[in-house]
Amino acid sequence: MENKITGKAYVLGDNIDTDQIIPAEHLVYSTSDPEELKKYGHYALSSVPIEKAGLPYGGKPFIVGENHQSEYTIVIGGTNFGCGSSREHAPLSLKVAGVKVVIAQSYARIFYRNSVDGGFLIPYESQFKLSDKIKTGDFVEVDVEENKIINHTDGKDYQLNPLGDVFEIVKAGGLFEFARTSGMI
Amino acid sequence: MGMTITEKILAKSAKQARVSAGENVWLDVDVLMTHDVCGPPTIAIWKKEFGEKAKIWDKEKLVIFPDHYIFTKNSHANRNVDILRQFANDYDLPNYYDVGTERYKGVCHIALAEEGFNVPGTVLFGTDSHTCTSGAFGMFATGVGNTDAAFILGTGKIWEKIPETMKFTFKGKMPPYIASKDLILQILGDIGTDGATYRAMEFDGEVIDSLSMYERMTLTNMAIEAGGMNGIIAFDDTTKKYLSEIGVTEYDIFESDNDAVYHSKFNYDVAKLEPLVAKPHSPDNRDTVRNVEGTKLTKCYIGSCTGGKITDFRFAAELLFGNEVKVTTFVVPASTAVAKQLEEETLKGISLKEIFEKAGCIIAESSCAACLGGPSDTIGRSVEGDVVISTTNRNFPGRMGSKSSQVYLASPLTVTASAIRGVITDPREFL
Repeated sequence: MENKITGKAYVLGDNIDTDQIIPAEHLVYSTSDPEELKKYGHYALSSVPIEKAGLPYGGKPFIVGENHQSEYTIVIGGTNFGCGSSREHAPLSLKVAGVKVVIAQSYARIFYRNSVDGGFLIPYESQFKLSDKIKTGDFVEVDVEENKIINHTDGKDYQLNPLGDVFEIVKAGGLFEFARTSGMI
Repeated sequence: MGMTITEKILAKSAKQARVSAGENVWLDVDVLMTHDVCGPPTIAIWKKEFGEKAKIWDKEKLVIFPDHYIFTKNSHANRNVDILRQFANDYDLPNYYDVGTERYKGVCHIALAEEGFNVPGTVLFGTDSHTCTSGAFGMFATGVGNTDAAFILGTGKIWEKIPETMKFTFKGKMPPYIASKDLILQILGDIGTDGATYRAMEFDGEVIDSLSMYERMTLTNMAIEAGGMNGIIAFDDTTKKYLSEIGVTEYDIFESDNDAVYHSKFNYDVAKLEPLVAKPHSPDNRDTVRNVEGTKLTKCYIGSCTGGKITDFRFAAELLFGNEVKVTTFVVPASTAVAKQLEEETLKGISLKEIFEKAGCIIAESSCAACLGGPSDTIGRSVEGDVVISTTNRNFPGRMGSKSSQVYLASPLTVTASAIRGVITDPREFL
């Protein structure tokens, strides 16, 4: 696990559901074939209505053209991020697109579990709504030891809630790695 | 201090005398369910992580229903079903329900009930968020992702955080124009799509007692729409009767203690409830049907694990008898057993299927179909500019296909009344 993650922020609103993260019609692709896997990155966040894509102004697609990777590596959401279906393809598609951290005010349970247990990304909770404080394109740094996000664009920083019980799984890199290091399997 | 029904079941599964909300425990899983969308990646993770040692923890406890993308020419979707078939052959799985055979069932959550996998007091995990449907049988059931499912597949175990419980009590006598879909839309409007996140939703009261198992399943099905970990309804004579008819007679019965601790309690007088819709684009965007009456529709849809059960079609047939639909209306039985019932059950001497045919409905084969959009050739899939009213569970942007389509969620009564008029219509107009 990297202790410091830097990159451009991509800001979204409340209730970003799994259909917006990865529309159901794309769930047919293989998650183990390296070429097909790229499709998940390409379609990541493709169902977010364009006026809400990349706040505060909107109109900024997460993926440009035929790419499967985004220029943004840190996603900032509001409340109830990842609500909806159980599809693990949701955090997977964000990971394939290059996202390393999501910071939201709150999460839906299955998306949160999938992010942690699959080792796809770090799902941090913010203490208040950061989607009002950080703009899409801001250069930010997430400090995993200090549980903090620093916005280098405006110089402000915000404390994040510690990962708590799931920290050990996040640190190990996922449920299987955790279970192996703790001798469960 | 007492425990709730959910806490008691999870304590048993964790082999502990008691558990408390917020505590993380390792559970023994009684049944793992998967399907064609999440099964193949689950199998891939299981093979990769366990390697040569990969072993299914208990074949009898693994249940696989292809149901999502079945009647499609999409080669990737078909490949997913091929992967399940190969896996079932390789490991000689007893509970695989293959497409194109007599064993094919349709939508997993309804098939789990019909095939006797919903056993009171047990713990069921499934790679589908609507796995919470099974909670109608006095059991713990919840959805997980592929990694968690792969872990269960190899070990029979998974970690879970014990949820706090919210209790929803319904009193009074169900008016004929209200269906259980209205009850859950009422709750969703009150608490929002994250109002029960990481919590159990327990339903009780004389109204719940009076509901059939299928109407109860509409409530528990949509617990996830409030973010709930599980929905649960205690075992009673209705549960017992349903189970005895399909030969399930051994189970553990749990009840919430009188002094159990609840996160919150909600009380409803069902006589005061109105027929409701969830307007685009969220299941908690509640309004009364009366307030949106007259909204012009392009499609009506009666189907899915939420609204494609025999009870949903009984409601629909009652209103459609002697009427015709004014707008394209899809009838998608959740399971092949429901499809068979449509042929066998009659109303005033005419089979339900014939009532739907005469009314001009399009009857599709059992599967998840357009509830979640699916490949482009999926029957009933919404297209640009569509305004749909549907008995399904979600209306997020793009959920039923095109992200420019508008989807209203409603009870089978409201959807059928609307189909007859071609505009959103209160079912009281016909009752």
